[in-house]
Amino acid sequence: MLPDAEQLLENLSRQLQPFIADGAALVGIHSGGAWIASRLQKSLGGDLGTLDISFYRDDFSRIGLHPQTKPSNIPFDVEGRHILLIDDVLYTGRTVRAAMNELFDYGRPARITLAVLVDRGERELPIEAQAVGVRMTLKPGQNLELLRDAAGHFNLKLHEEISE
Amino acid sequence: MNNPQLNKHGELTHLLSIEGLSAPILKQILETAESFVGVAEREVKKVPLLRGKTVCNIFFENSTRTRTTFEIAAKRLSADVINLNVGTSSQSKGETILDTVDNLIAMHADMFVVRHSQSGAAHLIARHVGPDIHVINAGDGRHAHPTQGLLDVFTVRHYKPDMHNLRVAVVGDVLHSRVARSEIHALTTLGVPEVRVIAPKTLLPQEVEKLGVQVYHDMATGLKDVDVIMMLRLQNERMNGALLPSAQEYFKTYGLTQEKLALAKPDAIVMHPGPMNRGVEIDSTVADGAQSVILPQVTYGIAVRMAVMSILAGNTE
Amino acid sequence: MKIHIKNGRLIDPKNNIDSKQDVFIAAGKIVGLGNAPDGFVANQTIDASNLIVCPGLVDLSARLREPGFEYKATLESELLAAAAGGVTSLACPPDTDPVLDEPGLVEMLKHRAKLLNLVNVYPLGALTRQLQGKNLTEMFELSEAGCVGFSQADNALTDTQVLWNALQYAATFNLTVWLRAEDAHLAKNGVAHSGEVAARLGLQGIPACAETIALSTILSLMRETGAKVHVCRLSTLQAVAMIKQAKKEGLPISCDIASTHLHLIEHDIGYFDALCHLRPPLRTERDRDALRAGLLEGTIDAICSDHTPVDDDAKLSPFAESEPGASGLELLLSLTLKWAMENKLALPKALTSITSSPASVLGIEGGSLSLGAQADVCIFDAGNVWKVEAKALLSQGKNTPFMGLELPGKVRWTLLNGQIVYQQH
Repeated sequence: MLPDAEQLLENLSRQLQPFIADGAALVGIHSGGAWIASRLQKSLGGDLGTLDISFYRDDFSRIGLHPQTKPSNIPFDVEGRHILLIDDVLYTGRTVRAAMNELFDYGRPARITLAVLVDRGERELPIEAQAVGVRMTLKPGQNLELLRDAAGHFNLKLHEEISE
Repeated sequence: MNNPQLNKHGELTHLLSIEGLSAPILKQILETAESFVGVAEREVKKVPLLRGKTVCNIFFENSTRTRTTFEIAAKRLSADVINLNVGTSSQSKGETILDTVDNLIAMHADMFVVRHSQSGAAHLIARHVGPDIHVINAGDGRHAHPTQGLLDVFTVRHYKPDMHNLRVAVVGDVLHSRVARSEIHALTTLGVPEVRVIAPKTLLPQEVEKLGVQVYHDMATGLKDVDVIMMLRLQNERMNGALLPSAQEYFKTYGLTQEKLALAKPDAIVMHPGPMNRGVEIDSTVADGAQSVILPQVTYGIAVRMAVMSILAGNTE
Repeated sequence: MKIHIKNGRLIDPKNNIDSKQDVFIAAGKIVGLGNAPDGFVANQTIDASNLIVCPGLVDLSARLREPGFEYKATLESELLAAAAGGVTSLACPPDTDPVLDEPGLVEMLKHRAKLLNLVNVYPLGALTRQLQGKNLTEMFELSEAGCVGFSQADNALTDTQVLWNALQYAATFNLTVWLRAEDAHLAKNGVAHSGEVAARLGLQGIPACAETIALSTILSLMRETGAKVHVCRLSTLQAVAMIKQAKKEGLPISCDIASTHLHLIEHDIGYFDALCHLRPPLRTERDRDALRAGLLEGTIDAICSDHTPVDDDAKLSPFAESEPGASGLELLLSLTLKWAMENKLALPKALTSITSSPASVLGIEGGSLSLGAQADVCIFDAGNVWKVEAKALLSQGKNTPFMGLELPGKVRWTLLNGQIVYQQH
C-alpha cells in the first residue's frame, strides 16, 4: 500500500513552516521537487526557485544530455540564505549532490536543509534529508514516481521493471 | 547514404550542416540553449559538463569573433581549449588538413571546431576522425555555418514564438553566403511557411528556389508584410567586381533603410550576423533602431554553442 | 603461336556477328572463324564456355601519366591495368610533363609502350605548344611520329583566332582535332554543375551553357575550315542535340562520353565525395538520360574511360581543392555492361560503343575480329560480378566513384596481337 502523497505533503509542510517563517527560501529540483516546492510556497509563502540538474549530473559521459532540459531559475540571491532544497524521492543521493553543486554556482548559502516526500534508502553517497515525509524500502527493480493530475493533485506510483 | 552527422545509434555526433537534421534535433538544441541563456546571467557562468574534455578551435580561415564565442562557450562548459590559427602555421608549410587534425588527435582533442574557406572541409574532417571525436562546422566556404543558423532561429523564436505563421526575408548575397544557406534550412525545417530571398540575380545561385524559398529581385515587394528580416553581409570583394557595379548602387537597391523597413510589418525584427557594413547593406538608423535585435543575437550565440557542444559531447558510441 | 578459342559466344559488332563461334589465331592474326583453317593445330586452347569473345576494347582516353607524373602512375602499371580491363587499344592525351608537343617525345612513348607489349598506344599530340593555346605545334611531324589526333586535353584555348588557325592547319593535312567543349571563362574555378546540388553545397558551378557556347564556336569554325573534330566528354542534353544536328548537316564530327557520366549525376556527389569531382562535372538526370539516348541512336560514337589516376592524397582535400578525375580503365567494360543490363540493351549494340565505333574514330584497324585482322581479343564472363576495391585494381589510381560497388563482367583473357597479355587467376 503506497502512502497518500497529499498527506505526505501536509506532513512536510508542517515540518518546514518554522524555517520559512525564519526567512528560508524554497528551491525545488525538477520536476517532482519543483512541483512540491511550488505547492509549499502556496501554503507557506516565501521565495521560490527551481533547479534543473541536467548540467551537473555525474552520468553525462555515459548517457549524454537529457533530451529535455528546462532552465533553472533562482530569482533571489542565494548568498547567505537558508535554502530548503526540495525533492520528491531521495534514493542514491546523486541528484541532491548535483543540485547542491549547482546551487553553489549561484552563491554561497548559509545553510541547506534537504526535504523530501519519500526517502527510499539505498544511498550511494553520504547524504541525508532533514525533513522526510515517509521512509520506505522498495524491492529490486521497483521505482517510485510522483504524479500530478490536471487539478494539481499529487499521487505516488510504483513501477515494476520487467526483468528478462 | 548514411547521415554523416549521426552516429550508429542515430544520435548527433557532428554538427556539419543544418541540412540533414530533423526538426526534433533542431528543437532539442534550441531548448537546451534556452537553459544556457540562464547560466550566462549567473555569477558563476560555468557548468561542469565538459570538464576534462579538450576542445580544439582549428581556424583555417581567420575569425576572431566566431573563434572567441566558441572559446567562451567551451570554457563555460569547463572544457580545456586549444586555439589553432592554421593560416599562419603548419598549413602554409604544406601540411594537409588531415595531418593537422591527426596531430591534434594525438594530443587527445575530443572536439574540433573547424572553420575553412572551402565547402566540405568539415565533412572531410568528420569522415576522418574516429568515433567519439566530434566535429563542429564553424563555417566551410559557402556551404554552411550551422551554429549561426541555429542562433538566428533561436533569436527568431525568442521574438516570434509562433514559427508556423511567419514570413521571413533573407536579403543579400545568398550566392556566397554559408549563413544564408544555414538560415534557410533551419527556417524551412522548423516549419516557417514563407521564406523569401531578396537579391539581384548575380547574387543568387542557379536553382536557388530548390532550397524551398521564394525569389524576389525587388526589395519593396519582397519586404511587404514580412515579420523577420535577415540581412546578409556584403563582402568587400563583391562590391566593385563583376557581380555588382558599386556599393552605392547596392545600398540604393538592396540596402535596408527606414523607408524600406516600413514596408514590412510594424513589429518586424531586423537581424544581421555581423560584422555590419553600415551604409552598404544596412542603414545605421535601422541597425541601431528599435526593431533591431542584432545585439541580443550575439549573446544567444554563446548559449547555442554551449548547447551544441553539450549535446555532442554526451553522445558516445 | 597458334591459339584456338573454343565454345565462346562471339560478338563482333562491326561484322554483325553474335553467335557461338570458335576463333582461330595464328601469327598474331585471326585466321579462322567458326571452322578451323586447313591444317590448323593449336599450341594453346582457351575454353571460352559461357564466356563472351569480343574485339579487344578501344578506349579513346586514358592518361598513362608518363612522362612526368610517375608518382601518380607508370606506363607499366597503367598498361597492365588496361590489359586487365580488356582494353587492347587506347588513345592518351598530351598533358604529360613534358607535354607531347615534340615528335621525339611521341616516338619515345610509343617505343616504351611497344616494348611493354601490353596495349596498342595511340598518342594524341598537343594542338598548341605546351598546350598554352598560343602557337601551333608541328602537327605534320607529330602525325608522322604516330599521333592520331591533336588535342588541348583540359587546357583552355580561349583565343578564337588561334583555334581557327589550328583547325585550318589540321584540316590542311586532314588531321583530326580533339576538343573539349568548355568555355574557359564560364567554367573558371567551377567544380560542379551549376544547379541544385552546387547551390546546396556552396560549390562554384559550371553552367550547361559553358558547354553549348564552346560547342557552338567549334561547329561554326568547322563549317569555315572544313576541319575534322572529335568532341571529347559530352555532358549536356543540349550538346547532344547540337551534335545530332551537326551530323545531319554532314559535318565531319564525332564525340564521346566518359563511362562515369553514363551512370552518375550531380546528386552522387552526396556529402562532398571528391571521387565525384570530375571534368566535365556530373550533371542532371535529364542530361545523363540524353547521353544514354545519344549513344543508342549513334549521335554519340563512343564511351571512353577517361582514365585519370591520381595519388591517394589528391582526393583527401575539400572538394574544390581535390584533383578532378577518376580511374577507369578496369571499369570500362563493366560500366558498359551495367548500362546494357539495366536498360535491357542487346550486348552487341552496347559493345559497339567500346569496340568498332571508337576504332572508327581513331581510324585504326582494331575494334573488330574480321578474318585477317590483328588478333586483339577480349574474353569475359558477363555473368560474373566483382567488387571494386583497391586491391582488385591494377592501376595505381584507386580513385573511382564506384569504389565498393559490385559490377558485372570480369575479363578472363586479353590477347594482343595473338598473344595472351592478361589472364585472370
